[in-house]
Amino acid sequence: MTITTRRPVDVQELDRVTIRFAGDSGDGMQLTGTQFTRTAAVFGNDISTLPDFPAEIRAPAGSLPGVSGFQLSFSSSDIHTPGDAPDVLVAMNPAALKSNLGELPPGGALIVNEDAFTQTNLNKVGYASNPLIDGSLKSWNLFSIPISTLNTRALEGLGLTSKQVDLTKNFFALGLMFWLYERSMEPTISWIDEKFGKRPMIAESNKRALKAGYAFGETTEMFHTTYRVPAAHLPAGTYRNITGNEATALGFVIAGQKADRPLFYGSYPITPASDILHQLSTYKNFGVKTFQAEDEIAAIGSAIGASYGGALGMTGTSGPGIALKSEAMNLAVMVELPLIVIDVQRAGPSTGMPTKTEQADLLQVLYGRNGDSPIPVVAPSTPADCFEVAFEAVRLALKYMTPVVYLSDAFLATGAEPWRLPDVDDLPDISVSNQTEPAGFHPYSRDPVTLARPWAVPGTPGLEHRIGGLEKADISGNVSYDPDNHHRMQTLRAAKIAGIADDIPDLQVYGPERGDLLILGWGSTYGSIRSAVERLQADGKAVAHAHLRHLNPFPKNTGDVLAGYRRVLIPELNLGQLLLLIRARYLIDAVGYDRVRGKPFRIAEIVAEAERLLAEH
Amino acid sequence: MTEPVSIAPAPEGPPLSPENAATLVQLQLTRKDFVSDQEVRWCPGCGDYSILAQTQKVMPDFGFPKENIVFISGIGCSGRLPYYMNTYGFHTIHGRAPTIATGLKAARPDLMVWVITGDGDALSIGGNHILHSMRRNVDIKVVMFNNRIYGLTKGQASPTSEFGKVTKSTPAGTIDHPISPLSVALAAEASFIARSVDTHTEHLQATLNRVGWHHGSAFVEVLQNCNIFNDGAYREFTDREVREDRMLVLEHGKPMIFGKDRDKGIRLNGHQPEVVTIGENGISEADLLVHDEADPLIAFMLSRIFWPEFPVPVGVIRDVRRPTHDELMTAQIDTAVAQRGAGDIRRLLAGGETWSVE
Repeated sequence: MTITTRRPVDVQELDRVTIRFAGDSGDGMQLTGTQFTRTAAVFGNDISTLPDFPAEIRAPAGSLPGVSGFQLSFSSSDIHTPGDAPDVLVAMNPAALKSNLGELPPGGALIVNEDAFTQTNLNKVGYASNPLIDGSLKSWNLFSIPISTLNTRALEGLGLTSKQVDLTKNFFALGLMFWLYERSMEPTISWIDEKFGKRPMIAESNKRALKAGYAFGETTEMFHTTYRVPAAHLPAGTYRNITGNEATALGFVIAGQKADRPLFYGSYPITPASDILHQLSTYKNFGVKTFQAEDEIAAIGSAIGASYGGALGMTGTSGPGIALKSEAMNLAVMVELPLIVIDVQRAGPSTGMPTKTEQADLLQVLYGRNGDSPIPVVAPSTPADCFEVAFEAVRLALKYMTPVVYLSDAFLATGAEPWRLPDVDDLPDISVSNQTEPAGFHPYSRDPVTLARPWAVPGTPGLEHRIGGLEKADISGNVSYDPDNHHRMQTLRAAKIAGIADDIPDLQVYGPERGDLLILGWGSTYGSIRSAVERLQADGKAVAHAHLRHLNPFPKNTGDVLAGYRRVLIPELNLGQLLLLIRARYLIDAVGYDRVRGKPFRIAEIVAEAERLLAEH
Repeated sequence: MTEPVSIAPAPEGPPLSPENAATLVQLQLTRKDFVSDQEVRWCPGCGDYSILAQTQKVMPDFGFPKENIVFISGIGCSGRLPYYMNTYGFHTIHGRAPTIATGLKAARPDLMVWVITGDGDALSIGGNHILHSMRRNVDIKVVMFNNRIYGLTKGQASPTSEFGKVTKSTPAGTIDHPISPLSVALAAEASFIARSVDTHTEHLQATLNRVGWHHGSAFVEVLQNCNIFNDGAYREFTDREVREDRMLVLEHGKPMIFGKDRDKGIRLNGHQPEVVTIGENGISEADLLVHDEADPLIAFMLSRIFWPEFPVPVGVIRDVRRPTHDELMTAQIDTAVAQRGAGDIRRLLAGGETWSVE
């Protein structure tokens, strides 16, 4: 069935649309959202996504904790966030409606599967009466559709069980959305064929559901308008859609290639970092070795062992895993071996909210170890930026013979955006040499510029030596308890990391170099802050945005940048961690803005906070 | 009478490459080549001196250039050993040496990797890693010094301390039942398990030789005397006058005979082992249990018997061959390259769906 003619409806052109799909965690909402995202991306829109799912794999059906959502924003212009609030909410059951309605602005479109609004389902979430008919939804533009019934009718004759039929209703909803936003079904149909090629009946049922949803939009009199979001004017190049975790894995693999070191990744499964392990484990033909360790400590221990052997040793985890790895991170500090430690942050403390985002591990990775223990910290700011920052982490680790923490978060990890593929020839060679010359070799002699010690890997004749966690004598590396030596070594380790400031780009400012307000951020808050600053600037305000990629050390010009503004606002998804560092380091009266709800900032709340500060005298 | 030293050669041929064996002839290394310039700092009289000496003595046997040998240790008195070996060495953190060794061996299958650990390091704080390195058959040689006490922290009960033992941390006696290192190794699927004694130098040397030639996870428990905090822990059966009557030296394929007069043996009565005397009650050598290094039931039985009910078994308890962790990892990589070709980063970047913007 191909749709060749369209019912005459009004077509409205929009710059940007934000859709949220919400349903039971078994309803396939993540898949539905992903398919819409791919279609929009391939069409040429700029996109930004926010998957939002429960930690439970299958919470009780129809319950509030079991609601899974996927928000995506697609636009004809450059966008930085998945949108503050949806324009359209697709709710597949009462639980999805109840938990998401609060974020749908009045007048927003509400597309609901009315078949799921049974008395049992209403009771489960505490609806005393059916909101679809009791008038309580009159502030919204409600489209109440018997999706399950219509979908079942469309699939009649395929001989499927009612359960199998039910599993395809998300594609009905997707088809309807494709019609409403004038999108082609082709990318999704090809995906279905590829995915279910070996099970033709399943493929056929999903395609029929998709087309039935589309046809429903076409034939029903319910919708009077469709919407058109033209392609965005993105810089020329080849693009793909990418999540932060995907970009992270790619960045490290390619950094390993450009460093000419085999990549070893030791990891223990943990949300939201596991996808990096999954993805790297498929790159065996690149010589990538992955190791699912027995625990977090073994994961980092194995990575240190691999680095000791001359490989690019990496481990990845989330906040609770960092706590377990701390002692081994310190071993890497002491023995001065390259090591990458990925922390995909999630809401803490303790187990916290494993699938929800937060930026609250900054102080942990900087200071959560015994002794003075300097480790460089870098943080990507968008899903695509994960690639560049992964590359940068490897460059620093190898050049300075040091562990480096790569601080991502759950929002970056699972969120997606279009990514313009880099030209691999433009990526710098970041390889470093092993020590091979026995003459004059000392395990703890240092490069005069970087202060890095030599990398003398086992198997090299004449360089047999011993290293370990005990304090080292300067130069010889022998065990030493000498008081002055300890002071010297502590100072040297600190100076080596502090010296990286000479080797990283200056902090860039978006906006005026002097003005009333600088909004300073780091990590995944980039999109919300940048959008807020664009809005404030469009309003004529002297507001600028600076975003730190390097959290340790800070870029050398950071103090100068901060000094250019009357006020400095630091929004963070924690209770003021960068704020503490900036105030302590630069002695300025920066103010924080923190929200720890497990979600990214809304643009509007940063705008409001900035305006409040600007109004103060 | 000479010390009973009777370790059979490895059941299979040397797993290390013949090229390396050829290097051995050319290298002509001796014990001295493996002695580092660091001053040894264990307490005078410590059993660790003997273990170090035997380790240095057997190193030339394997034909490995010393730069291809790595000693990795955890924390405790045993952890200092790598400093005294003139090879590559890594003194890591408490209990985690097997993890570092696992990563090193995965990245560098060409190296010979030894792990030096103690009863606290291996079985308490590092218990998890010992289990998993063994089940994976990581090709590492784990030498566990068992002195049944925490020595470096000055005398607390360890996981192998006898029940009721009075120590600084257990003034009323420990209420924790001790663990059997050999049973643990067996349960963890170690492909090589052995036991020896620090003062039994020739036996220890022969055992370490077998450990070195094994391909896969090797675990050897060395009963070691801490003369400061747990002196004489094993004296009752290791003293020269009594050891032949109180220790059972195992030999693959041979009946389990012990005693000064070689007249005692181990027989199975039903499924229970018992000590019998040859020539009494019509018992002959043919009635005795024959040691088989490949039989897990014999290995388990041997891991459970101990003085004073039984003579203490020493020697190689188990030696079997199965693919090692690094062999399996390398094979998967080779297969991936054969099936998909060596990785191409341009293709990798453009993976999935791409589109062009002009």
